[in-house]
Amino acid sequence: MTWYDSFLQQLVDGLVLGSFYALVALGYTMVFGVIKLLNFAHGDLYMTGAFAGFGGLSLVSGFLGAGWLGIFVAMLLAMLAVGCLGVVIERVAYHPMLGAPRLSILITALAVSLVLQNAALALTGGQYTAFSTDLGFGGISLGNLFLSYNQIVLVAAAAVLMIALELFVSKTLYGRAMRAVSIDKDMCRMMGINVSAVIAVTFFIGSGLAAAAGTMAGAYYGSIWYFMGFLIGLKAFTAAVIGGIGSITGAMLGGLILGLLESFGTHIPFIGSEWKDVFTFSILILVLVFKPTGLLGKSEVERM
Amino acid sequence: MLLQLKQVSLSFAGNTVLHEVDFGVAAGRIHSLIGPNGAGKTSMFNVITGFYRPQQGDITLDGERIVKCKPHAVTRLGIARTFQNVRLFREMSVLENVMAGQHCRSKAGALAAILRLPSQRAEERRILETSLECLDFVGLMGHQDRLATNLAYGHQRRVEIARALATEPKLLLLDEPAAGLNSGEKQALIELIRRIRDERGVAVLLIEHDMSLVMNVSERISVLDHGSLITEGDPHSVQNDPKVIEAYLGQDDEELAL
Amino acid sequence: MDKHSPPTPTDVDEHDAGRAKPRHPLQKLYAAFESPGRRRALHLTILAILIVTPWISSQYTTVILTNALLYVVLCLGLNVVVGYAGLLDLGYAAFFAVGAYTVGILTQQFGVNFWAAIPFALMAAALAGVIIGGPTLRLRSDYLAIVTLGFGEIVRFTARNLEITGGASGLSHIPEPSLFGWHIDSSIDFYYVFVVLAVLAYIASQRLFDSRLGRAWLYVRHDEDAAEAMGINRVATKLAAYVTGAIFGAIGGIFFSVNLGAISPESFSFQQSVLILLAVVLGGMGKIPGVILGAFIVVLGPELLRDFGTLRLLIFAVLLLLIMLFRPSGIWPEKRS
Ligand SMILES: Nc1ncnc2c1ncn2[C@@H]1O[C@H](COP(=O)(O)OP(=O)(O)OP(=O)(O)O)[C@@H](O)[C@H]1O
Ligand SMILES: [Mg+2]
Repeated sequence: MTWYDSFLQQLVDGLVLGSFYALVALGYTMVFGVIKLLNFAHGDLYMTGAFAGFGGLSLVSGFLGAGWLGIFVAMLLAMLAVGCLGVVIERVAYHPMLGAPRLSILITALAVSLVLQNAALALTGGQYTAFSTDLGFGGISLGNLFLSYNQIVLVAAAAVLMIALELFVSKTLYGRAMRAVSIDKDMCRMMGINVSAVIAVTFFIGSGLAAAAGTMAGAYYGSIWYFMGFLIGLKAFTAAVIGGIGSITGAMLGGLILGLLESFGTHIPFIGSEWKDVFTFSILILVLVFKPTGLLGKSEVERM
Repeated sequence: MLLQLKQVSLSFAGNTVLHEVDFGVAAGRIHSLIGPNGAGKTSMFNVITGFYRPQQGDITLDGERIVKCKPHAVTRLGIARTFQNVRLFREMSVLENVMAGQHCRSKAGALAAILRLPSQRAEERRILETSLECLDFVGLMGHQDRLATNLAYGHQRRVEIARALATEPKLLLLDEPAAGLNSGEKQALIELIRRIRDERGVAVLLIEHDMSLVMNVSERISVLDHGSLITEGDPHSVQNDPKVIEAYLGQDDEELAL
Repeated sequence: MDKHSPPTPTDVDEHDAGRAKPRHPLQKLYAAFESPGRRRALHLTILAILIVTPWISSQYTTVILTNALLYVVLCLGLNVVVGYAGLLDLGYAAFFAVGAYTVGILTQQFGVNFWAAIPFALMAAALAGVIIGGPTLRLRSDYLAIVTLGFGEIVRFTARNLEITGGASGLSHIPEPSLFGWHIDSSIDFYYVFVVLAVLAYIASQRLFDSRLGRAWLYVRHDEDAAEAMGINRVATKLAAYVTGAIFGAIGGIFFSVNLGAISPESFSFQQSVLILLAVVLGGMGKIPGVILGAFIVVLGPELLRDFGTLRLLIFAVLLLLIMLFRPSGIWPEKRS
C-alpha cells in the first residue's frame, strides 16, 4: 500500500468514526443550547439506543429480515423509544432542577447516566451482546482502497439525518422556536412560545439522534454492551466543544474533525493506537482551555 | 489625587459606555458621581475596581497604576466597593460576611491552618476583632450570628458597607447605598458616610440618585451623562449648572428634584 | 445610627426564621451531636469503638472497615473540592492514583524506603493538581467537570500504557512498610494505620473549614464576583482547594498501595471517582460528619446489598438520583443551605 492509499483508508475510517461522533454531539449541543445543561446521560442514551435497536431488530427481523430494511425499521423504533425516554428524563430529573445551583444539576445528570448504565449492566450482566445482522462484508474496491457497503450506507445515513435536522431547525416553526429559546427563554415565554414544549422536542430529537447512532454502531461493529456510551459520550462532547457548543453546524463539523484527527492521529509514528484516547482527551482539554467557544460557538457576555 | 482616571474609555461591542473620562477623587473627600440612568456610573465603578477592562486610558491609586489589575488586587491596594444590588454571601452569617473583607489583610495558608500555628491563631483572632469592630461601626453589633439573607434590607446594605470597611480601604465606592431605604435610614446613612470619612479617614465615592442626600453629604460632585463627564464642582454650582438640568431632562420629575 | 431603636416586628420574625428550631427527628439527632459538650463525648466514643472493633469482629469485617476508613480520607479530600469550593471534580481518582503509583514505583522498582517516598508522592499529587487546575479552574463549572473527567481518564490510560507503571496488570509485590521496627503487615495493623489517617483527615478538614482559607472557599463558591471585590483571588483560592484535595487523595493512595501490595489502573477508574463523589453528595456536601457517614454507606452498603448482585449498583444509582431530586443537600446537610 502506498502512502496515498493508506491516507484514503484513514480518511474513510475517520469519516465513519466522525459520523458517530457528530450524531451524538448534536444531542449535546442542542440540549446545551436550550437549557444550558451538560447532559452527562447523553452517551448512555446512545447505549440505550443500541439496545433498543437490538430489541427492535429482534422484533421485526421475523418478517423484515435483519438486512438493511430490518435495521432501518429497528433504528426508527429505537429513535422513537429513546426520544421518548429523553423527554421523560428531562421532565422527571432535569426540569425540577432548573433553578437549582449548577453543581446540583450536573450531579443529577451524572446520576441519570449511572442509572441508565447500571440498568443495562443489571440486564445484561455486563456481557457483550452480539448484534447479529444479515449485512455482508461486500463493498467496492478502488485500487487498494476498500469501501464496504456498510461504511457507505452509514456515512450516507448520518448525512441524511444531519441534513434533515438542519432543515428542521432552519425551516420549521419549532426549529426557529428552538433557536429563540436558546437565546432568551423569558422573552420567548412573553411572546407566547411554549418553552416546555420546545425543550421537550429538543430532547426528543437529540436523544433520537443518539439512538440512531447507537443502532448503527451496533449493526456496524456487531456487538453492544452497557458501557459503550461512556467513551463515545466523552468524545462526542469533545466534538461538540471543538465545533463550539450550542452550534448545530459546529457539532457536525466537530464530529468529523475529531473522527479524522483520531484516525490520522493514531498513525503518527511513535503514537500507537493505545494512546488514541489520551490524544482525544488532550485535545478536549486544550480546546476548553484555549478556545472554549470552539470553532463556531459564540462567547457569552458576562454581565455584572 | 488619591484616585485618578485619565482619558478612560470603555465600550461593549462598539457601544460606547465611557468616553475619554478624566476624573479624580482627593484623599479624605466625600465625592459623588451622579447622572441619569444608564449614564455609565456603575460601569465606571467596575472599571476602577478591575471588573471591566477599559479599551483606553489610565487609572492610578496613590500614583500606582491599577488599570490592568484584577479586582482582588485592586481591593488589596486599597479600594473597596459595594454593589448596586446588594451582593452579600446570603447563606453565610453576618460575621462571616464581614470577615471576608479581612481576607486580603491576612495570609495564613492551608498548612498553617491544619497545624494551628500560633501565628495563624493570632491572625484569626485579629480577623475576628477587626470584623466585630467594623460591624459595631455600622451599628450591627448583636446581629453577627444571623444569616445575611434573614436581615432586613437596610441592614443588609450596612453589612455590605462593614464588609467593605473590613478590607481597610483608602477609598470606599458606594453604588446607590440609599436605594430602598426609608427616610430615617437615609439620615443614618448620611451620618455613617460622614463617620467613615471623619473617624476612619477613608475617602468615599458615592453613586446616588437621591439628590437631597447627595447635596447634603458631598463635598464634590461629578456628573456623568452618556459616558462623558459633563461637569464637576461643589454641590451648589452643580445644582445650578444648566448642563446638568439638560442632562436630566427627559428623566422623570422625581429624578429632577434637585 | 438606630442601634438602640427597638427591632421592628418583621425583624423579630426573620430573627426566629434564622435560628429555626430543628423539628424533624433526624435534625434533632444531628443537633444533639453538634452541641459542643456532647461532641467531645461523641468523639471519644467513636474513637473507642474504632479501637476495639478489630478485637471483637472477624478479619473480614476489619478489612471492610479499613476500606471504609480509606474512603473517609478520600471523601474528606474531595469534600474540600466539591463541598467547600463547589468545584465538580469527576477525576478525583487520578490523585489517588498518583499517590499510589508514585509510592509503588519508588519502593518496588527503585527500592526507596516507604516513608522517604511519601514526600515525593505528595509533591507529585500537588504538581498534578496545579497542572490540571491552573489552566482549567477559570472554566465554567460544567466544563471543569468534563476536563477533570478527561484528566482522570488520561491518568488511567497513561498508567495502562507505560511500562514503569506495569501496564494493564499494574504493580505487584509492593513492599510493606515498617515503622520503628513495627512491621506493618497484618490486616489489623493496616486497620489502625487507616484509623490514624482518618482521624488526621477529620481534624485537618475541621481546621481548614474554620480557617481563613476555608471561609474563602465558601465565599468563592457563593459569589465569585463579591469574593473578588473583597480581595480574594478566586483562581488562587480554587487552586488551593484543588491541591488540598489532591493531597488528601494522594495520602489515601499511598497507604492503599502498601495495604494491598498491588495496584492496577482499574482501581482508579471513572467509577471510582464517581463512588467517592457519590459518598460526598449522599452524606452532605460540605458537612464533615455527613461526608464520613456517606463514606461508610458507600462501602458498607454494597456489602449489605451483596445478595442483589449487579442490581446493587443500580440501587445505588437510583439512590443518588433520588437524593438529588428530593434531598439535594444530602443526608446530613450543612445547616446553612
Ligand atoms: N457588561 C456589559 N455589557 C454590555 N453593556 C453593558 C455592560 N455593562 C454595562 N453596559 C451598558 O453600559 C451602559 C451604562 O450602564 P451602567 O450600569 O454603568 O449605568 P448606570 O449609570 O450605573 O445606570 P443606573 O443609574 O441605572 O444604575 C448601559 O447602556 C448598559 O447597558
Ligand atoms: Mg448603576
